[in-house]
Amino acid sequence: MRELKITPIRNGTVIDHIGNGLALEVLRIIGVRELDKDSTVSVALHVRSQKLGWKDIVKVENMELSPRKVNAIALIAPTATISIIRDYKVREKRAVDLPDRIVGVLRCPNPNCISNQNEPVESEFEVARRRPVVLRCGYCDRQVDEFLSHLA
Amino acid sequence: MTLKGRDLISIRDLSREEIEEVLRAAKRMIPYAEGRKSSRALEDRLLTLAFFEPSTRTRLSFETAVQRLGGRCVTIADPSASSMRKGESLHDTVRMLSSYGDGIVLRHPNEGAARLAALASDKPVINAGDGAGQHPTQTLLDLATMQEAFGTLSGLKVVFLGDLKFGRTVHSLAHALSMFGAELVLSSPPTLGLPNEVREQLDEAGAKVTEADQVHSAVRDADVLYVTRIQKERFADEAEYAKVAGSYRIDNTILAGAKPRLIVMHPLPRTGEIAPEVDGTSHAAYFRQAFLGVPVRMALLSLILTGRAG
Repeated sequence: MRELKITPIRNGTVIDHIGNGLALEVLRIIGVRELDKDSTVSVALHVRSQKLGWKDIVKVENMELSPRKVNAIALIAPTATISIIRDYKVREKRAVDLPDRIVGVLRCPNPNCISNQNEPVESEFEVARRRPVVLRCGYCDRQVDEFLSHLA
Repeated sequence: MTLKGRDLISIRDLSREEIEEVLRAAKRMIPYAEGRKSSRALEDRLLTLAFFEPSTRTRLSFETAVQRLGGRCVTIADPSASSMRKGESLHDTVRMLSSYGDGIVLRHPNEGAARLAALASDKPVINAGDGAGQHPTQTLLDLATMQEAFGTLSGLKVVFLGDLKFGRTVHSLAHALSMFGAELVLSSPPTLGLPNEVREQLDEAGAKVTEADQVHSAVRDADVLYVTRIQKERFADEAEYAKVAGSYRIDNTILAGAKPRLIVMHPLPRTGEIAPEVDGTSHAAYFRQAFLGVPVRMALLSLILTGRAG
């Protein structure tokens, strides 16, 4: 594979194999504004990939993703892989994996659902189907198969 | 298998065997519901009825059920008089109520409210209708009505007529009937068809579902005609409501082609979907259906609060 024009990072996270055009959504999930002000964020768009044809890549210095953010990425970019970098070395590499229950990641698309009514509870979805992914609201049973516009 | 201490949020919380257990217990409750026998099965039990949306039949039948079994209840019947008006969350309201009584019956305008209440409460929560969502005790009394009329639920052909989109009773009942191998026929105004996800769930459960354009022909070989009201309160737009309101009406002319044993059911209130002339025929089962709400809720409360069927 050709050398990428992104500098290596010492410590942080590389999110690779993001579906083409989805990197900005992944950045939104990561919450770039919450990052350490000295951290570098590198984004590569439309990169050749043997597996996907084209892909996006996001590298974030000095950050490891919370399980909740990993779940959100799994919904938006199910082909993504996440590598944890420590001292320039890949210490851990794994594909994102959707758990059976997803808490606090999405808003229920049903405006009349109790989870959208200022109650002291987090949204909760269970996986109704995995291919393609369909989630069902744990409160009102509404099904969701489009996730971008419902990110919490 | 026991219902003691359990929540009842959706009819899907019950297995076929558990539904059958409730129906058997409900049948035994009929003489008590009619006042011919008396029971103290719920003596010393206090039930909280929290109704945050208007209801006549459901609330009064729960109150009747508790009192016929010697129990007591406290009721919130007017949400404007409760502290939710001051902005208290349902979660906190339910948490408090669960410390007062032995169980909570909840009606609420938001879908999923009963599920949230069950999480907040350490006492059993019974869903008495959450918005356009679930209404499992209605389903149980609907099943009890068919069971009483035909002695079985297996193999019945049930025609659903009306608002199949917002009509929560239809979704729950269709699911339950599919567990018993009934055949379902759907007939609705084009904009009020069964939601795709409900249809998919029925298909996945292996239900026999067909659609009928003409209610005349659908009624001909049906055992049950289940009619629902078009609910004005579920429409955001008055013009949309006006388009479909009054688009169907069951009268004796339509029923002339039906089997003699066909029963007409309706969760009530009706607003013109069934002509009053039907009331005097042997087909009319909707008032019996409304009555059976009492013994069914007696059975359920007894099983959930005491673990005994009366």
